[in-house]
Amino acid sequence: MSAPAPLRWQTARIAEVREETPRARTLAFDRPAWPGHRAGQHVDVRLTAEDGYRAQRSYSIASPPGTPRLEITVERLDDGEVSPWLAGEARAGDELELRGPIGGYFVWEPAKGGPLLLLAGGSGLVPLMCIERHRRAAAPEVASTLLVSARGPADLLYDAELEGSAVLTYTREQPPGWTGYARRVDRELLAAVAPPPEQRPRCYVCGPTSFVEVVAEALVALGHHRALIKTERFGATGG
Amino acid sequence: MDETMLDGNAAAGDLQALFAVEVTQMVGVCDGCGRTGPLAEAHTFVLAPGLTLRCPGCDAVLVRLVHLPDRTLVELSGLRRLELVS
Repeated sequence: MSAPAPLRWQTARIAEVREETPRARTLAFDRPAWPGHRAGQHVDVRLTAEDGYRAQRSYSIASPPGTPRLEITVERLDDGEVSPWLAGEARAGDELELRGPIGGYFVWEPAKGGPLLLLAGGSGLVPLMCIERHRRAAAPEVASTLLVSARGPADLLYDAELEGSAVLTYTREQPPGWTGYARRVDRELLAAVAPPPEQRPRCYVCGPTSFVEVVAEALVALGHHRALIKTERFGATGG
Repeated sequence: MDETMLDGNAAAGDLQALFAVEVTQMVGVCDGCGRTGPLAEAHTFVLAPGLTLRCPGCDAVLVRLVHLPDRTLVELSGLRRLELVS
């Protein structure tokens, strides 16, 4: 439990924008005025229109603790209020409001140990990539299994970084010659990929509500301990 | 399945802004069915201008939070108890 700290909106300047996929971009901010974040936490972003209308959304932090910049990865939802601007129009030098770091439940620190089982649906990969990056940098001795479910190769975030180190399943469109998994995550797929329950892996599941429910139930059915399964759902609407 | 349903993680910012501590890792006890679990696991519906947290066990409203132009209201009537696990 961290010490009580007021959560206040602060102005943040976009330092860099990187394209991740045709629908997603990573925004890097100069270090915000806070003591640092834990892997898995998120920030709230607030945009204010010229007429005063405000819209607020939560985005997971992608950059691991201890790095100079705060990075979030935003996937564009076409009917969203916030994500089309963040993932399409925002440029380096633009300013917005953010507050954080937020959340104390869906977090991992090296002291928690492993093995880790990280299960991502779509852009639910973002906080899990933060955890995985932190593990690689701070506790490489902790074993980790990262399973990513994406619609197709064009939707896969951080593809170069994941190559060879993550298990992928492409649910709708597979690259030519693909011999890997090509279906939604189910009990059989988890049984093949996950460490056995006797190893008591710490499971982190993040994705759309349907993904999280199916995966969490399958983990319990396979004998994984409910208390070791942490879930985070992100909204398919609102954006 | 209701894809607009989130979980208590989505309420963490608004709750911390009110209470100045991270609340969602606290364990709540539902006053309706007695289910015990972190508030982060509560079924959460973000409906402007506020949000509602419901018990995953019995669907009772645990927490309701409403932003008004000049103040924020929070009802905790569905929580029998909050526990801070040290």
